[in-house]
Amino acid sequence: METIFALSSGSPPAGIAVVRVSGPRAQSAGVALAGSLPEPRRAALRALRGPDGGELDRAVVLWFDAPHTATGHDIVEFHLHGGRAVVAAVERALSTVPGLRAAEAGEFTRQALIAGRIDLTEAEGLGDLLEAETETARRAAIQTSGGSVRRRTEDWTNAVLGIAAQAEAMLDHADEDDVAASAGEDLSRQCATLAEQMTAAIDQPAVERLKDGIQVVLAGPPNAGKSTLLNRMVDREAAIVSPIAGTTRDRIEAAIQRNGIAYVFSDTAGLAVATDDPIEAVGIARAREAAAAADIVLWLDDQPPPDGLLDQTIAIFARCDEAGRAGAGDRLAVSGVTGEGIEALWTRIEQRAGELTPSLDGALLNRRQRQLLAVARDALRDASLSHDLLLVAENVRVARGALDRITGRADVEAVLDGIFSRFCIGK
Amino acid sequence: MTQNYDVIVVGGGHAGTEAAAVAARRGARTALLTFDRSKIGAMSCNPAIGGLGKGQLVREVDAFDGLIARAADAAAIHYRMLNRSKGSAVWGPRVQADRELYSAAIQRAIDAQPGLDVVEGEVAALKLSTNNRVEGVVLADGSVISARAVVLATGTFLGGRIFRGEDRETGGRVGERAASELAGQLRAAELPMSRLKTGTPPRLDGRTIAWGELAEQASDAELWTMAPRSPARCNPLIFCAITRTNEAAHDIIRRDLHRSPLFGGDIAGVGPRYCPSIEDKIHRFGDRDGHQVFLEPEGLDTPLVYPNGISTSLPADTQEAMVRAMPGLGAVRIVTPGYAVEYDHIDPRALDARLSVDGFDGLFCAGQINGTTGYEEAAAQGLVAGINAAAYACDLAPYIADRANSYLGVMIDDLVTQGITEPYRMLTARAEFRLRLRANNAWTRLGPKARELGCLAESSSRWLDARIERRAALDALLDTSYSAGVLREAGDQVPIDAGSKPAREWLRFPAVKPATLGLNSDNADVEEAIEDARYAPYVERQDAEVRELRQNDSIALPVGLAFDSIPGLSAEMIDRLSAARPQTLGQASRVRGITPAALSAILLHAKRVAA
Repeated sequence: METIFALSSGSPPAGIAVVRVSGPRAQSAGVALAGSLPEPRRAALRALRGPDGGELDRAVVLWFDAPHTATGHDIVEFHLHGGRAVVAAVERALSTVPGLRAAEAGEFTRQALIAGRIDLTEAEGLGDLLEAETETARRAAIQTSGGSVRRRTEDWTNAVLGIAAQAEAMLDHADEDDVAASAGEDLSRQCATLAEQMTAAIDQPAVERLKDGIQVVLAGPPNAGKSTLLNRMVDREAAIVSPIAGTTRDRIEAAIQRNGIAYVFSDTAGLAVATDDPIEAVGIARAREAAAAADIVLWLDDQPPPDGLLDQTIAIFARCDEAGRAGAGDRLAVSGVTGEGIEALWTRIEQRAGELTPSLDGALLNRRQRQLLAVARDALRDASLSHDLLLVAENVRVARGALDRITGRADVEAVLDGIFSRFCIGK
Repeated sequence: MTQNYDVIVVGGGHAGTEAAAVAARRGARTALLTFDRSKIGAMSCNPAIGGLGKGQLVREVDAFDGLIARAADAAAIHYRMLNRSKGSAVWGPRVQADRELYSAAIQRAIDAQPGLDVVEGEVAALKLSTNNRVEGVVLADGSVISARAVVLATGTFLGGRIFRGEDRETGGRVGERAASELAGQLRAAELPMSRLKTGTPPRLDGRTIAWGELAEQASDAELWTMAPRSPARCNPLIFCAITRTNEAAHDIIRRDLHRSPLFGGDIAGVGPRYCPSIEDKIHRFGDRDGHQVFLEPEGLDTPLVYPNGISTSLPADTQEAMVRAMPGLGAVRIVTPGYAVEYDHIDPRALDARLSVDGFDGLFCAGQINGTTGYEEAAAQGLVAGINAAAYACDLAPYIADRANSYLGVMIDDLVTQGITEPYRMLTARAEFRLRLRANNAWTRLGPKARELGCLAESSSRWLDARIERRAALDALLDTSYSAGVLREAGDQVPIDAGSKPAREWLRFPAVKPATLGLNSDNADVEEAIEDARYAPYVERQDAEVRELRQNDSIALPVGLAFDSIPGLSAEMIDRLSAARPQTLGQASRVRGITPAALSAILLHAKRVAA
């Protein structure tokens, strides 16, 4: 089995650089460079030396003994002075230690996952944490990597195991009076309750929105001022602005962060009813698609939006600065040119965004986890409707399998443990 | 008598007799070695065959022309189909058997089997070549019988030790010997051995039981048999009775708990959770005010009664006080007190799916030696070990039971990949594809394979053909279409707009009576076909899972794969994998605690090694 090493802090130069070694030879690698290692989990200062005996750096050295470490293996950390040459020299020295090699991207996490130190949801959370660009995404990722989804899934799994144990006890130990007396009360109600809880979690907004951003689409007829408004919202020249109707022929996307939330604004070709220009026609079709898929549509037409878009629409009275324009009604009066109404528009957008982003209180499920949870929920719902105990048990088994796939664990003995701890079985 | 065989089977219990008989059916010249020929086919514990999960095993063994189902019918004095109110996948056919009639039926079958000799004697040692290949056995008198394959089916006799209160004796059953020398050799050979314990209740004199005070349990009225081929019920049927333990009995047990070897720390072996001793039940579930006890007569010509539910190793005087505290047993006499027996078993992870011991070519193990409990579990392993011992000795095809298709497969796969922490008993909960594995379709699932392996006698083979023909006719009936209107006219309240469907789809409507569709459901073949139709959607939904299982089981891992060389596995996983030595990726996936992430690491490594 291999021992891996890598620079685990940001790219040098920096005040300090942490090089981490993980694997069964981590300890001997530590001794090779530092001469000796301190007690486990105690920091000590050591002079690091290369294979030729020359001093590389004076560094704080730590080691963590397996199995209760981040990766499940022995880990040695060198806290170096954070210069490029220092890091390079230490990495070179480590690569000469037999059995050591440079880690690939994400390999420490993979070690932890394979060794069972973290489960799949925690690994996914760690991945998200490293990619997080907004404050909200970071907070979501730190929760998931800390096990919030794992714990929630374990709660569900335990509840399903409890139901499975009762159903299996009734099937395999029906002739035992202990089981007959205490098991099987309202299995179907338990299944239905659990399915409802899962539905509530599935109906929560997906955590991907934090990473992918809230999709805000500007829509309206040609020359309604969509590009001007977009440039104002993202505070840069993302779209070309001209007085000629149909200047924006394709979608233009611009990302922006505000108060810890990511947004993607799309400027679309105008939704002209008919056009002779084939390129513009394609653009218009894309605009309709974008508007349909949007989280928020800023509707700049003086005509009301089509029915399908009503829910996510904020009606805008655009170009309110133009002389002679009047009749905003209950629409929000905005000018991309003067900035009038922009703050009020942001307030409306952020209010909507708050409803669309998951609350950080509970476990935040990603798309994969939600799909599997939906499989479990559907199976439990079927179980709650079945009068055949065999089919109840079969559906509960399917639910258990789906939950196990969320965390990447599986355990069949657990059902039997559940039976024998609850019921006095045995004639 | 020849002293040179293809297969030697050590032990004449439920595993040994099936192993010897099937090896001989496959054409191997076979010897069955036993301490005492008259004890062949003895039921050491409860006088019953079958039950939940176990009944399925019995029918599966029967589908290979095994002995247990037909012997059970020959000896049955009480029939009960457990779980009859539920779906037939969990029906558990169970009979109570007259002990004498049962062992007589087994002995008749063994005697009638061509190519099978019974040899009396104690096996003192296995005869092994220098590279641990089996060459035969050495008897206690020094004589040698040679064979290419040996099946060990030693039950509780391997290093057997009996405990009752303060009493200790050496033996596998009360009043009998133990195979101590052989146990010593196996331990010396560095096989992974450890201890298990099991227990048995006192036997009561039925003439001293006040039957009139107790609730009766009569035999089933339905005329099913353990083996579908058995002609009819041949014995008079008796009834059982039910009594209960009570606070008075519990107080007596608690008072003397310290005298039980289970609590004095004298027994190191682990006992079964699902068949705990009565002292265990009182200790662990102290809040219960009583436990059911079934009083099961042991036979037609004996007054002995087996009180099912109070297995115990308490001292004899405590046992008597305890039973006399129970309703109907106030004046009861104990004929033989209960006892616990501790015995050697091999960690079944040292076996492969043929039940052959790794590193000992030609050595097979079956039954309690593999850490299981129960006659049915033993018989099922004996069958598989016997098939494969004959295969090894005579260059025939081996048989690897498939867990998606049989309880045989579930049990053996569980044993060789998971190992055991307590005596292993079959439970339907262990079979993930339970809906397919019914007692009533065992012949459909396994009969053709049994014939292909040469396990079926000529008459059984013809019976199988007839069964297949009947099923084809039934399938034609199930394909016949009926309109909703026709069914409503017959009184089945289906929705009027349900249209026209084949009979097999109508069967999923609770309102549709099989008789309306021309199906007479008190016939076992029809019962099977109806259940197939009803569960078809669920069985289809499982197909993807079964495919994945079989695909993973078809990916072989390199022989002798060093799991500690696979990057990233935790020490605990390496321990478990090294003990289980999975031969396929599928087996590795079923080792406890192996996550899909760990599995992908194993697969990657195996591919790298193969490349």
